Amino acid sequence: MISIQVNSNNLTCKSTNLATLLVELEYADSIVATALNGEFVAQNNRVNTPIQQGDKVEILAPMQGG
Amino acid sequence: MKDFYGVHLDTPFMLGTAQYPSPAILAEAFTRSKASVATVSLRREASDNKAGQDFWQLIKQLNVRVLPNTAGCHTVKEAVTTAHMAREIFGTKWIKLEVIGEEDTLQPDVFGLVEAAKILSEDGFQVFPYTTEDLVVADKLVNAGCRVLMPWGAPIGSGMGLNNVFGLRALRSHFPDIPLVVDAGLGLPSQATQAMELGIDAILLNTAVSKAGDPAMMAEAFALAIRAGQLAVGADPMEPRDMASPSTPIFGKAFLD
Repeated sequence: MISIQVNSNNLTCKSTNLATLLVELEYADSIVATALNGEFVAQNNRVNTPIQQGDKVEILAPMQGG
Repeated sequence: MKDFYGVHLDTPFMLGTAQYPSPAILAEAFTRSKASVATVSLRREASDNKAGQDFWQLIKQLNVRVLPNTAGCHTVKEAVTTAHMAREIFGTKWIKLEVIGEEDTLQPDVFGLVEAAKILSEDGFQVFPYTTEDLVVADKLVNAGCRVLMPWGAPIGSGMGLNNVFGLRALRSHFPDIPLVVDAGLGLPSQATQAMELGIDAILLNTAVSKAGDPAMMAEAFALAIRAGQLAVGADPMEPRDMASPSTPIFGKAFLD
Protein backbone atom coordinates (compact mmCIF):
# COMPACT_ATOMS: atom_id res chain seq x y z
CA MET A 1 0.00 0.00 0.00
CA ILE A 2 1.16 3.52 -0.79
CA SER A 3 -0.03 6.91 0.38
CA ILE A 4 -1.07 9.41 -2.30
CA GLN A 5 -3.32 12.43 -2.72
CA VAL A 6 -6.37 12.32 -4.98
CA ASN A 7 -8.06 15.66 -5.58
CA SER A 8 -6.21 16.92 -2.48
CA ASN A 9 -7.54 14.10 -0.26
CA ASN A 10 -5.02 11.81 1.43
CA LEU A 11 -5.59 8.12 0.89
CA THR A 12 -3.78 4.80 0.68
CA CYS A 13 -4.10 2.54 -2.32
CA LYS A 14 -2.79 -0.75 -3.61
CA SER A 15 -2.77 0.29 -7.28
CA THR A 16 0.54 0.56 -9.06
CA ASN A 17 -0.63 2.54 -12.08
CA LEU A 18 -3.17 5.22 -12.90
CA ALA A 19 -5.54 2.91 -14.79
CA THR A 20 -5.95 0.47 -11.90
CA LEU A 21 -6.23 3.39 -9.47
CA LEU A 22 -9.35 4.60 -11.29
CA VAL A 23 -10.86 1.13 -10.99
CA GLU A 24 -9.92 0.90 -7.32
CA LEU A 25 -11.56 4.28 -6.66
CA GLU A 26 -14.69 3.24 -8.62
CA TYR A 27 -14.27 5.70 -11.49
CA ALA A 28 -14.16 2.90 -14.07
CA ASP A 29 -17.58 3.73 -15.54
CA SER A 30 -17.18 7.50 -15.36
CA ILE A 31 -16.06 9.98 -17.99
CA VAL A 32 -13.04 11.60 -16.35
CA ALA A 33 -9.71 13.13 -17.25
CA THR A 34 -6.57 12.65 -15.21
CA ALA A 35 -3.40 14.47 -14.27
CA LEU A 36 -0.44 13.22 -12.24
CA ASN A 37 1.66 15.72 -10.35
CA GLY A 38 0.25 18.52 -12.48
CA GLU A 39 0.84 16.84 -15.83
CA PHE A 40 -2.01 15.62 -18.04
CA VAL A 41 -2.14 11.84 -18.51
CA ALA A 42 -4.16 10.72 -21.51
CA GLN A 43 -6.56 7.83 -21.13
CA ASN A 44 -4.45 5.47 -23.22
CA ASN A 45 -1.35 6.28 -21.17
CA ARG A 46 -2.87 5.59 -17.77
CA VAL A 47 -1.91 1.92 -17.73
CA ASN A 48 1.70 2.87 -18.41
CA THR A 49 1.78 5.57 -15.76
CA PRO A 50 3.06 4.22 -12.42
CA ILE A 51 1.73 5.54 -9.12
CA GLN A 52 4.31 6.19 -6.43
CA GLN A 53 4.33 7.17 -2.80
CA GLY A 54 3.42 10.85 -2.38
CA ASP A 55 2.01 11.33 -5.87
CA LYS A 56 -0.73 13.89 -6.43
CA VAL A 57 -3.53 12.76 -8.72
CA GLU A 58 -6.28 14.93 -10.18
CA ILE A 59 -9.46 13.31 -11.47
CA LEU A 60 -11.82 15.74 -13.22
CA ALA A 61 -15.32 15.29 -14.60
CA PRO A 62 -17.57 17.39 -16.88
CA MET A 63 -19.15 20.29 -15.08
CA GLN A 64 -21.24 23.39 -15.74
CA GLY A 65 -19.29 26.38 -16.99
CA GLY A 66 -19.68 29.88 -18.35
CA MET B 1 -21.66 35.44 -40.35
CA LYS B 2 -17.99 34.53 -40.09
CA ASP B 3 -16.94 30.95 -39.45
CA PHE B 4 -15.29 29.96 -36.21
CA TYR B 5 -12.26 27.86 -37.10
CA GLY B 6 -14.09 26.70 -40.22
CA VAL B 7 -17.32 25.98 -38.39
CA HIS B 8 -20.50 27.76 -39.40
CA LEU B 9 -22.84 28.46 -36.52
CA ASP B 10 -26.58 28.69 -37.13
CA THR B 11 -26.88 31.49 -34.60
CA PRO B 12 -24.27 33.86 -33.13
CA PHE B 13 -25.23 32.95 -29.59
CA MET B 14 -22.99 31.04 -27.17
CA LEU B 15 -24.61 30.29 -23.84
CA GLY B 16 -23.08 29.19 -20.55
CA THR B 17 -24.38 26.24 -18.57
CA ALA B 18 -23.64 27.35 -14.99
CA GLN B 19 -25.83 28.62 -12.17
CA TYR B 20 -29.27 27.55 -13.46
CA PRO B 21 -31.94 26.72 -10.89
CA SER B 22 -32.26 23.19 -12.29
CA PRO B 23 -31.15 21.01 -15.22
CA ALA B 24 -34.66 21.24 -16.66
CA ILE B 25 -34.54 25.04 -16.69
CA LEU B 26 -31.09 24.91 -18.28
CA ALA B 27 -32.48 22.73 -21.05
CA GLU B 28 -35.49 24.99 -21.56
CA ALA B 29 -33.25 28.06 -21.71
CA PHE B 30 -31.15 26.46 -24.41
CA THR B 31 -34.22 25.50 -26.41
CA ARG B 32 -35.61 29.04 -26.34
CA SER B 33 -32.20 30.66 -26.89
CA LYS B 34 -31.50 28.69 -30.08
CA ALA B 35 -27.86 28.99 -28.97
CA SER B 36 -25.37 27.18 -31.18
CA VAL B 37 -22.70 26.68 -28.54
CA ALA B 38 -22.70 25.65 -24.87
CA THR B 39 -19.75 26.45 -22.65
CA VAL B 40 -18.73 23.72 -20.22
CA SER B 41 -15.99 23.11 -17.69
CA LEU B 42 -14.16 20.47 -15.64
CA ARG B 43 -14.17 20.02 -11.91
CA ARG B 44 -13.27 17.45 -9.29
CA GLU B 45 -15.97 14.89 -8.64
CA ALA B 46 -16.13 12.06 -6.11
CA SER B 47 -16.72 8.65 -7.66
CA ASP B 48 -20.05 8.25 -5.86
CA ASN B 49 -21.30 11.63 -7.11
CA LYS B 50 -22.60 11.32 -10.65
CA ALA B 51 -23.68 14.96 -11.12
CA GLY B 52 -20.98 15.60 -13.69
CA GLN B 53 -21.83 12.47 -15.61
CA ASP B 54 -25.54 13.37 -15.61
CA PHE B 55 -24.69 16.91 -16.69
CA TRP B 56 -22.70 15.65 -19.66
CA GLN B 57 -25.58 13.43 -20.75
CA LEU B 58 -27.87 16.47 -20.63
CA ILE B 59 -25.51 18.60 -22.71
CA LYS B 60 -25.19 15.92 -25.36
CA GLN B 61 -28.97 15.99 -25.76
CA LEU B 62 -29.01 19.73 -26.47
CA ASN B 63 -27.58 19.24 -29.97
CA VAL B 64 -25.12 22.13 -29.68
CA ARG B 65 -21.37 22.39 -30.04
CA VAL B 66 -19.48 22.49 -26.76
CA LEU B 67 -16.82 25.03 -25.89
CA PRO B 68 -14.86 23.87 -22.81
CA ASN B 69 -13.28 26.56 -20.71
CA THR B 70 -10.27 26.85 -18.43
CA ALA B 71 -12.19 28.92 -15.88
CA GLY B 72 -10.48 29.40 -12.57
CA CYS B 73 -6.97 28.87 -13.92
CA HIS B 74 -4.45 31.45 -12.79
CA THR B 75 -1.27 30.14 -14.39
CA VAL B 76 -0.20 29.08 -17.86
CA LYS B 77 0.55 25.57 -16.65
CA GLU B 78 -2.88 25.18 -15.03
CA ALA B 79 -4.64 26.44 -18.14
CA VAL B 80 -2.64 24.27 -20.54
CA THR B 81 -3.13 21.12 -18.45
CA THR B 82 -6.85 21.83 -18.06
CA ALA B 83 -7.16 22.36 -21.81
CA HIS B 84 -5.62 18.96 -22.49
CA MET B 85 -7.98 17.32 -20.01
CA ALA B 86 -10.95 19.09 -21.60
CA ARG B 87 -9.94 18.04 -25.11
CA GLU B 88 -9.94 14.42 -24.06
CA ILE B 89 -13.26 14.50 -22.22
CA PHE B 90 -15.26 16.67 -24.60
CA GLY B 91 -13.65 15.51 -27.82
CA THR B 92 -13.11 18.97 -29.29
CA LYS B 93 -10.12 21.11 -30.26
CA TRP B 94 -12.03 24.21 -29.21
CA ILE B 95 -10.95 25.73 -25.92
CA LYS B 96 -12.15 28.91 -24.26
CA LEU B 97 -8.87 29.98 -22.77
CA GLU B 98 -9.06 31.85 -19.49
CA VAL B 99 -5.99 32.79 -17.47
CA ILE B 100 -7.27 34.92 -14.64
CA GLY B 101 -4.99 37.65 -13.34
CA GLU B 102 -6.98 39.55 -10.75
CA GLU B 103 -9.59 38.30 -8.30
CA ASP B 104 -11.88 41.30 -7.88
CA THR B 105 -12.49 41.85 -11.57
CA LEU B 106 -11.53 38.40 -12.91
CA GLN B 107 -9.54 40.37 -15.45
CA PRO B 108 -7.45 38.13 -17.69
CA ASP B 109 -3.70 37.90 -17.17
CA VAL B 110 -2.98 38.86 -20.75
CA PHE B 111 0.71 37.96 -20.53
CA GLY B 112 -0.10 34.43 -19.41
CA LEU B 113 -2.95 34.31 -21.90
CA VAL B 114 -0.69 34.99 -24.88
CA GLU B 115 1.85 32.43 -23.66
CA ALA B 116 -0.79 29.74 -23.12
CA ALA B 117 -2.47 30.54 -26.44
CA LYS B 118 0.82 30.00 -28.28
CA ILE B 119 1.46 26.67 -26.54
CA LEU B 120 -2.05 25.39 -27.21
CA SER B 121 -2.25 26.64 -30.80
CA GLU B 122 1.02 24.88 -31.61
CA ASP B 123 -0.45 21.74 -30.07
CA GLY B 124 -3.44 21.78 -32.42
CA PHE B 125 -6.00 23.51 -30.22
CA GLN B 126 -8.38 26.08 -31.67
CA VAL B 127 -8.21 28.78 -29.07
CA PHE B 128 -10.99 31.19 -28.08
CA PRO B 129 -9.07 33.58 -25.80
CA TYR B 130 -10.99 35.49 -23.14
CA THR B 131 -9.18 38.82 -23.31
CA THR B 132 -9.56 42.55 -22.87
CA GLU B 133 -10.22 44.94 -25.74
CA ASP B 134 -6.51 45.89 -25.82
CA LEU B 135 -5.35 46.07 -29.46
CA VAL B 136 -1.74 45.18 -28.72
CA VAL B 137 -2.72 42.08 -26.77
CA ALA B 138 -5.16 41.12 -29.51
CA ASP B 139 -2.40 41.41 -32.09
CA LYS B 140 -0.14 39.15 -30.02
CA LEU B 141 -2.95 36.61 -29.65
CA VAL B 142 -3.45 36.52 -33.40
CA ASN B 143 0.30 36.10 -33.88
CA ALA B 144 0.16 33.25 -31.34
CA GLY B 145 -2.31 31.44 -33.59
CA CYS B 146 -5.73 32.58 -32.37
CA ARG B 147 -8.28 32.98 -35.17
CA VAL B 148 -11.04 34.13 -32.83
CA LEU B 149 -10.86 36.90 -30.22
CA MET B 150 -13.17 37.15 -27.23
CA PRO B 151 -12.97 40.60 -25.64
CA TRP B 152 -14.89 41.18 -22.45
CA GLY B 153 -17.80 43.58 -22.34
CA ALA B 154 -17.32 44.07 -18.61
CA PRO B 155 -16.13 41.92 -15.69
CA ILE B 156 -17.61 38.41 -15.57
CA GLY B 157 -21.01 38.30 -13.92
CA SER B 158 -21.22 42.07 -13.48
CA GLY B 159 -24.04 42.76 -15.92
CA MET B 160 -22.61 46.20 -16.65
CA GLY B 161 -22.76 45.91 -20.41
CA LEU B 162 -20.14 47.33 -22.77
CA ASN B 163 -17.66 49.27 -20.66
CA ASN B 164 -15.47 50.38 -23.55
CA VAL B 165 -17.41 50.88 -26.75
CA PHE B 166 -14.52 52.76 -28.31
CA GLY B 167 -12.17 49.86 -27.60
CA LEU B 168 -14.52 47.33 -29.16
CA ARG B 169 -15.03 49.54 -32.19
CA ALA B 170 -11.28 49.88 -32.60
CA LEU B 171 -10.86 46.13 -32.29
CA ARG B 172 -13.49 45.57 -34.97
CA SER B 173 -11.82 48.06 -37.26
CA HIS B 174 -8.32 46.67 -36.65
CA PHE B 175 -9.28 43.02 -37.17
CA PRO B 176 -11.95 43.03 -39.88
CA ASP B 177 -11.46 39.35 -40.73
CA ILE B 178 -11.11 37.86 -37.24
CA PRO B 179 -14.36 36.69 -35.63
CA LEU B 180 -15.00 38.71 -32.47
CA VAL B 181 -17.12 37.39 -29.60
CA VAL B 182 -18.10 39.65 -26.72
CA ASP B 183 -17.65 37.37 -23.74
CA ALA B 184 -18.79 38.38 -20.28
CA GLY B 185 -20.31 41.36 -18.58
CA LEU B 186 -23.65 41.64 -20.37
CA GLY B 187 -26.75 41.95 -18.25
CA LEU B 188 -29.50 43.05 -20.62
CA PRO B 189 -30.53 42.07 -24.14
CA SER B 190 -30.18 45.67 -25.35
CA GLN B 191 -26.46 45.44 -24.56
CA ALA B 192 -26.19 42.41 -26.82
CA THR B 193 -27.93 44.33 -29.58
CA GLN B 194 -25.48 47.18 -29.09
CA ALA B 195 -22.53 44.78 -29.39
CA MET B 196 -23.89 43.24 -32.56
CA GLU B 197 -24.52 46.72 -34.01
CA LEU B 198 -20.82 47.44 -33.47
CA GLY B 199 -20.09 44.57 -35.82
CA ILE B 200 -19.30 41.95 -33.19
CA ASP B 201 -19.81 38.47 -34.64
CA ALA B 202 -21.24 36.59 -31.66
CA ILE B 203 -22.23 36.93 -28.02
CA LEU B 204 -21.19 34.65 -25.16
CA LEU B 205 -22.96 35.03 -21.84
CA ASN B 206 -24.14 33.02 -18.88
CA THR B 207 -25.12 34.89 -15.72
CA ALA B 208 -27.55 37.30 -17.39
CA VAL B 209 -29.68 34.32 -18.36
CA SER B 210 -29.09 31.86 -15.54
CA LYS B 211 -29.63 34.42 -12.79
CA ALA B 212 -32.73 36.01 -14.33
CA GLY B 213 -36.00 35.35 -12.56
CA ASP B 214 -37.12 33.41 -15.63
CA PRO B 215 -33.97 32.13 -17.33
CA ALA B 216 -35.77 30.61 -20.30
CA MET B 217 -37.64 33.82 -21.06
CA MET B 218 -34.42 35.84 -20.74
CA ALA B 219 -32.65 33.38 -23.05
CA GLU B 220 -35.27 34.04 -25.72
CA ALA B 221 -35.02 37.79 -25.10
CA PHE B 222 -31.27 37.65 -25.74
CA ALA B 223 -31.81 35.54 -28.83
CA LEU B 224 -34.18 38.15 -30.27
CA ALA B 225 -31.86 41.01 -29.30
CA ILE B 226 -28.85 39.37 -30.90
CA ARG B 227 -30.87 38.73 -34.04
CA ALA B 228 -32.03 42.35 -34.08
CA GLY B 229 -28.45 43.61 -33.94
CA GLN B 230 -27.36 41.14 -36.59
CA LEU B 231 -30.17 42.27 -38.93
CA ALA B 232 -29.41 45.93 -38.28
CA VAL B 233 -25.79 45.52 -39.34
CA GLY B 234 -26.86 43.63 -42.43
CA ALA B 235 -29.31 46.40 -43.29
CA ASP B 236 -26.50 48.99 -43.60
CA PRO B 237 -27.58 51.60 -41.02
CA MET B 238 -27.77 55.30 -41.90
CA GLU B 239 -24.93 57.59 -40.89
CA PRO B 240 -25.73 59.71 -37.83
CA ARG B 241 -25.59 63.49 -38.28
CA ASP B 242 -25.49 66.46 -35.96
CA MET B 243 -28.31 68.53 -37.46
CA ALA B 244 -31.92 67.67 -38.15
CA SER B 245 -33.06 66.53 -41.55
CA PRO B 246 -36.83 66.54 -42.10
CA SER B 247 -38.28 63.14 -42.79
CA THR B 248 -41.60 64.51 -44.05
CA PRO B 249 -41.29 66.01 -47.53
CA ILE B 250 -41.44 69.81 -47.70
CA PHE B 251 -42.65 69.77 -51.31
CA GLY B 252 -46.39 70.41 -51.48
CA LYS B 253 -46.69 71.87 -48.02
CA ALA B 254 -49.47 74.51 -47.73
CA PHE B 255 -48.55 78.16 -47.23
CA LEU B 256 -50.81 79.24 -44.38
CA ASP B 257 -49.23 82.52 -43.24
